Amino acid sequence: MSENNIKMNGNGTHKSAGTPKIGFYVCHCGHNIASQVDVEDVQKFAAGLPGVTISRDYKYMCSDPGQELIQKDIKELGLNRIVVASCSPLLHEHTFRKAAEKAGLNPYFFHMVNIRENVSWVHDNRESATKKAKDLTRAAIQRVFFHKPLEKKSVPINPDVLIVGGGIAGITAALTIANAGKHVYLVEREPTIGGHMAMFDKTFPTLDCAACILTPKMSSVKAHPNITLWTYSEVEKVEGFVGNYKVQVKRKPRYVIEELCVGCMECIDACIYKEAKYPDEFNQKLSKRKPIYIPFPQATPQVVLFDPETCIDFKSHRCKKTCIESCDRKAIDLKQVPEYKDINVGTVILSTGFKTYNAELSPQYGYGKYPNVYTSLEIERLVNASGPTSGEIVTRDGIKPKSVGIIHCVGSRDQKAHKWCSKVCCMYSLKLAHLIKEHTDAEVYNFYIDMRTPGKGYEEFYDKLMTEGVHFVRGRVAEVSDWALVPEEENKLTIRVEDTMVGMVRRIPVDMVVLAVGLEPREDAGDMRRLFNISCSNEGWFLERHPKLAPVNTFTDGIFIAGACQGPKDIPDSVAQAGAAAAEVLSLISAGSIELEPNTAFITEDNCSGCKSCIPICPYTAISYNEGTKKAYINEALCKGCGTCVAACPSGSITQNLFDDEEIFSEIDGLLKFAGIELEETEAEHA
Amino acid sequence: MPEKNIKSNYEPKIVAFFCNWCTYTAADLAGVSRLKYAPNVRVIRIMCSGRVDPQFILQAFASGADGVLIGGCHPGDCHYAEGNYKMLRRFRLLKRMLKDLGIADERLRLEWISASEGEKVKLVINEMVEQVKALGPLAIPQHLKNINEELKHFPGEEIREEEMAHA
Amino acid sequence: MKYIYYPGCSLKSTGRVYEESLLSVMDVLNIDYKELDDWNCCGATAYMAVDDRKAYVLAARNLALAEEQMKNEPEVNIIAPCAACFMVLLKTQKFLEENPEDKAAVVAALKESGLNYTGRAKVRHPLDVLVNDYGEAEIIKRITKPLKGIRVASYYGCQTVRPYSVFDDQRNPETMDRLMKAAGAEVVDWSMKTRCCGASLTGTVQDVALPLSYVIVHEAKKRRADAVATACPLCQFNLECYQTDMNSKFKSDLKIDVLYFTQLLGIALGIEPKKLGMNRLFTEPENLYKILEGGNRVYV
Repeated sequence: MSENNIKMNGNGTHKSAGTPKIGFYVCHCGHNIASQVDVEDVQKFAAGLPGVTISRDYKYMCSDPGQELIQKDIKELGLNRIVVASCSPLLHEHTFRKAAEKAGLNPYFFHMVNIRENVSWVHDNRESATKKAKDLTRAAIQRVFFHKPLEKKSVPINPDVLIVGGGIAGITAALTIANAGKHVYLVEREPTIGGHMAMFDKTFPTLDCAACILTPKMSSVKAHPNITLWTYSEVEKVEGFVGNYKVQVKRKPRYVIEELCVGCMECIDACIYKEAKYPDEFNQKLSKRKPIYIPFPQATPQVVLFDPETCIDFKSHRCKKTCIESCDRKAIDLKQVPEYKDINVGTVILSTGFKTYNAELSPQYGYGKYPNVYTSLEIERLVNASGPTSGEIVTRDGIKPKSVGIIHCVGSRDQKAHKWCSKVCCMYSLKLAHLIKEHTDAEVYNFYIDMRTPGKGYEEFYDKLMTEGVHFVRGRVAEVSDWALVPEEENKLTIRVEDTMVGMVRRIPVDMVVLAVGLEPREDAGDMRRLFNISCSNEGWFLERHPKLAPVNTFTDGIFIAGACQGPKDIPDSVAQAGAAAAEVLSLISAGSIELEPNTAFITEDNCSGCKSCIPICPYTAISYNEGTKKAYINEALCKGCGTCVAACPSGSITQNLFDDEEIFSEIDGLLKFAGIELEETEAEHA
Repeated sequence: MPEKNIKSNYEPKIVAFFCNWCTYTAADLAGVSRLKYAPNVRVIRIMCSGRVDPQFILQAFASGADGVLIGGCHPGDCHYAEGNYKMLRRFRLLKRMLKDLGIADERLRLEWISASEGEKVKLVINEMVEQVKALGPLAIPQHLKNINEELKHFPGEEIREEEMAHA
Repeated sequence: MKYIYYPGCSLKSTGRVYEESLLSVMDVLNIDYKELDDWNCCGATAYMAVDDRKAYVLAARNLALAEEQMKNEPEVNIIAPCAACFMVLLKTQKFLEENPEDKAAVVAALKESGLNYTGRAKVRHPLDVLVNDYGEAEIIKRITKPLKGIRVASYYGCQTVRPYSVFDDQRNPETMDRLMKAAGAEVVDWSMKTRCCGASLTGTVQDVALPLSYVIVHEAKKRRADAVATACPLCQFNLECYQTDMNSKFKSDLKIDVLYFTQLLGIALGIEPKKLGMNRLFTEPENLYKILEGGNRVYV
């Protein structure tokens, strides 16, 4: 993008806006603030401060009447500075700036005092909370003296969109945006889109076939003229900011030319390995594949790929290469190298999904130790008609189980693993219980802590299962073991559990154990977060801007999140979030531009000594040195407003709008104005 | 003056500089989560910890702060790539200078607190308030005032005033 | 490295076999140790239930004695072979570390008798010392009669790795398995390694205890083990001596050799049976002898 697209504000030519006439407003926020802060006292205190023309308190400042109060005062009393003491500026700064602007005041003459998140909600002593509120108020009132009128800065939005992750969330978002006529780059790490949903057989609670509802969407993505689909690809680099991100995508080599391959799979038949002998990742390693393979029949795109780890030619270069001979379209290229694509997009949606908990980390359940202990994802593949056993449920010993135990909350709601509830496990366990019962007529036991079935039709599904004769045992399972206390337990897996309904410990022998593993963030969620400059929660989920009001936004403008990368979610929730993220993106695109904080820095040339110490400090290379004038110069279009150079400038010639030195010094002074005097008072009290 | 009495009633004043993206957001989270912490800290919001000029810190002490707390994003997580590292460098240098000035180590603290660490805001603030409370008032404004008082009785001052009058 | 050896009461009485075999093994391996002078009972598990502070003084006295008698050594490594002693000494250290008030009281009490407790002694299990300090490679070099063809079920009992897993995994410990493999035996993969043997309840409430030791022997047998290797005097006793009772109660036909891991290791190191206390076992380990002679199993 070019700097011309940014409306520039004047460099250091602010004029003072006359003698300050400050309006101060303190908000009760119902009882949220008023219960801990003596709002009237703060109002009276502010009224006595220099420069304050009017001081008021009001129940809800952010409400329409609250805003109108400010606007009326601006007009009638000629106010030229506004200070509101209420909640966090991250919540309502924008609201009040808009209100001031409507009344004809430059919005940057407004300043906000946070006396809710920073005061009333975190303190329980009314006296000291009120004192703190007053200090913050005085600081703000001293600060606005130095505020200057600033011009708004806006940047245009590139209408192209990047979506990372081609699961159901990414697919939905991509189709929504593409159908609106905007171009989407959909980047997926795996060789096919579809994500976890493509592995499932049925979906709860309606039991409709996952493939039947997903694969048409996958084909639409592939066929859509507005979608560029890059599978087997990863985002390598991200630069820029909202409206104009420069992204580099690495297309990993499949050793097959995607455009030429038609998915006839003759090469797979022709492979020198007559038997498939390598574990098939898509089938959770329950079946084997060849070094050249396609993840599953409906994979999108329908393109085969090579696994260089197992292909003989990659290892020894001594293969007869029967695969190449078999391809009449000459689509196989064993010399393929990674390809790097540079794209420009205005907005990004991250829908990178989740991973399931590694059940080996809960050794008491014997996963990895006893062959007949399975994870739920493995069972999903087993019951799937297109899975490794064509939908027949048999244990690794090859027997059809007569009894199956499903253990809930494996890795979830567990102080030793993850504390959170994974939200989907109760429901998918019920679904699997139904399917196992249907396929094998086995006795099925569900071992649960609490049944959590909030959702449309979910509780009804639970009711239905109970009438189907599935057993429910309430209690967290202590262990799964292979030793026998009584003859009935010989050659079985015994589940030991405290049945909290009957108040006794039970030992239930079964042929097969299913572990309902929880959902956790992907291992590289941290790398993704750094790449896109967003935040993660402590658990590692991508952090939304606001848990209720901005659930798909992040703290970085133009980057949105959808689906289970933000937290455990079922399919309907993921799809809804994807829709919301798509709407956010489209709203930015149709606005055409976005307003930015005018908090950039500029250099007062007269003071600049040309020492160049600011130049290497700027991470955006926004500062350059003018050999002619021997002065440094800041390109405002590149400046992001961190203020690091301002703090580093030895001659104090750099100023940051909204955060200039005198503003901050006056804030410090305001906070501490009577610190010395108060000390004397304390001394006097004890004298 | 019973010094012990003063200490028990003494409430330190701490000025904090929190970066907009991580620590300020974490403080908001602490609020939303209704975590309770000591009311002695007054927060100034800045965009990045890299904006914290050492002069701000010195000015805060000179104006009567008993402690200064700086909160930034964790290393590698800075919203502006590396502003927090820049702060860290200045912080180290400033610490040496404060030591020479006789300002105790606990009075200036730098913490990396991410947006999700509301709990850490509480822990850090409570711990720092305890530590500074134990140190007692720094009271630089009072010291400056006392020095001025003393200087009034310093003959050199009279001579200087005389010289000034002549000049 | 020099060790101080804390036998505890059992190893001087019912567990005498354990002491004899352990000391013989350490002698053959040239491990430098001396017995703790003037040691006393660790208090076992019973005293703690009555008065924990007094019980901790009892245990801490041994640790303080070790510090005193090893004061010229850079580290105080105290070997506690009995599972209960090992656990109680560790528990005492941990408790005193976490409760400074109790620690002060215990330290003051010990000071009265001229002892200084700091807590710097390291409580070590012989398995830990043999495998992690001495090393399997060194042991293998000294094996003269490998336990070829012997299938060993390593049984650690409750207290060796629980609640303090200082040298091995709590659920699936492997140190003894490694040692038995070093001695040339085959090890059995089983899930009973740390299940309770019934402990002292075999003597008091047999209805509860017998099923507990039964499943262990039963599972070892089911997995075709020739011997169960133990690391605790009580476990060894329970599993070895009650097989007849188990058989009559559960209508089974169990017979298996139950030995200390040090005895099995000792055999492999070529130590003569008498020095390993083989003659003191209640039942002759016939299977073991037969297989080592190259014959067929006596009982299967």
